[in-house]
Amino acid sequence: MIEIDGLTKRYGDKTAVDGLSFVVEPGVVTGFLGPNGAGKSTTMRMIAGLDRPDSGTVRVNGKHYPKTPAPMAELGILLDARSVHPGLSARSNLLALARTAGISRRRVDEVIELAGLAEVAGTRAGGFSLGMGQRLGVAAALLGRPQTVVLDEPVNGLDPDGVLWIRLLLKSLAAEGRTVLVSSHLMSEMAQTATQLVVLGRGKLITESSVEDFVGQATGTGVLVRTPEPVRLGQLLAAPGVTVVNDGTDRMRVAGITAEQIGTAAWRAHLPVFELTPTHASLEEAFMQVTKDSVEYHAGATR
Amino acid sequence: MSAVARTGLAPAPMPQPQTPAPAAPIPAPATVAGPVTQIRVVRAEWTKLRALRSTRWCALAAAVLIVGLGALIAGSGTPYRVSPGNTAASGVSVILIGVVFAQLVIGVVGVLAFSGEYGTGMIRATLAVVPARLPVLWAKVIVLVGLVLPVTMLCAFADFLAAAAIESSRGGSVISLTDPGVLRTVYGSSLYLTVVVIIGLALGALFRKTAAGLSVFAAVFFVIPVSVAALPQNIRGFAPYLPSNAGGALWGSPLGSAHALSPWTGFACLCGYAVVLTALAAWQLRRRDA
Repeated sequence: MIEIDGLTKRYGDKTAVDGLSFVVEPGVVTGFLGPNGAGKSTTMRMIAGLDRPDSGTVRVNGKHYPKTPAPMAELGILLDARSVHPGLSARSNLLALARTAGISRRRVDEVIELAGLAEVAGTRAGGFSLGMGQRLGVAAALLGRPQTVVLDEPVNGLDPDGVLWIRLLLKSLAAEGRTVLVSSHLMSEMAQTATQLVVLGRGKLITESSVEDFVGQATGTGVLVRTPEPVRLGQLLAAPGVTVVNDGTDRMRVAGITAEQIGTAAWRAHLPVFELTPTHASLEEAFMQVTKDSVEYHAGATR
Repeated sequence: MSAVARTGLAPAPMPQPQTPAPAAPIPAPATVAGPVTQIRVVRAEWTKLRALRSTRWCALAAAVLIVGLGALIAGSGTPYRVSPGNTAASGVSVILIGVVFAQLVIGVVGVLAFSGEYGTGMIRATLAVVPARLPVLWAKVIVLVGLVLPVTMLCAFADFLAAAAIESSRGGSVISLTDPGVLRTVYGSSLYLTVVVIIGLALGALFRKTAAGLSVFAAVFFVIPVSVAALPQNIRGFAPYLPSNAGGALWGSPLGSAHALSPWTGFACLCGYAVVLTALAAWQLRRRDA
């Protein structure tokens, strides 16, 4: 479990993380989303005790991480930037970390095998591709079989085989009751892996919910209705929490009630309905809607 | 897909089949990570230092500079003759001239021990697994002393034995380790280099960038001592307290200042610099973001 309370971090006069509070529960994969510069990586560095918060607290498995006696049993972390020594082999990099916690060579070989690095374990990490570097970083995070795993963009640069590996790995870690926090900009990947979400924008919490609720609240989720009587049907369906959008044609978009409820209501009022199609926003659409006001770096339109 | 099958980590020991196993969620295999101890962090740092190529190259370069230059000097010019103005100890200091050059190589090893990790980003991995941070600094001090002290001690004695033999075979005075000050000069040069590596380490930790750390190191150990010699007499009273001059008093550095401190006072002064810089490095390591 990760508990973050009132966390704030400033770099000079820029506030990277601003009064952030959320909880990451064990047993599920929690996605950590936000546009570039939202403060995800900064938050992750503070979880690992690498950056000191200006105010607020972080607790990992109920403890203050920098004071835990066996850090590698508590937390395994993959950071966004490379954090390996290019002059050392993959094995030496891992062994140096393992030694601090008395982890055996056998375990080092085990994670090398697990990460698919067996053939390159003896080569200097400086020559690794982005994907290989990611695999090495994930291997390092798993070394101590930690209770909590935090991965910043783990699928970045991975081949399809690697992406699938990460997806199944995260799920199996969660199934073992571990806490898993993972950031990614690949929404389709996140939709397949995470069940909970924490969304940041400009250093602040935008939302903390399940993936299902997050997508359910987005516009685009609802029912597409085609009827020759859009005005009358719209009046019929009007209720608190129900939105009806009609563009003047025979099509209308209804959100807040199910297709079954709409169909039944129309039948009772003897209104003809030609089409009833439940639609779902994608996680990507939901994310864009929620974060459009807090995007730090907009791409300029091409003219 | 074979990688996936192995994600289950190692199986936990099975309970004896008296009670049926509950069909609850898969229990997480127990952690394999023990507590961080200073000894373990020392082992980790030794693993890094030993595996790096730069360590081997620097050790080799230091050995070649100390022994090679000493033998070269002993084999050329007028053989050294001990006289009232030329003590046996100063003769030994001359054949240890390689130490002056080796200290740059040793300084590089020290600076790189930290700046190399900051430059590559490895420091984040290192400090994430040792979040208390200070054990990393102490471990680096220990492994560097453990490397530099024996290597330079060996080089200093090898240099003395080889160069003294060459001198005497060419008609110079026979100098033995039992002559006054000779033994101290030989092992003192090794002690000097050992403190130098700690100063390099502290500079690497403080400046974090290899270029900055090395520039400051070179300025303090080469540029400033040489420039100071050109200053007027009345304002160069601090010269004996410069690190290289203070430490040089222990082994009679040929580049030492005119009014050198006594050997052990000078060495204590050098150690003082190392302690202050290491304390600063420790304070900064705790305080700053990694």
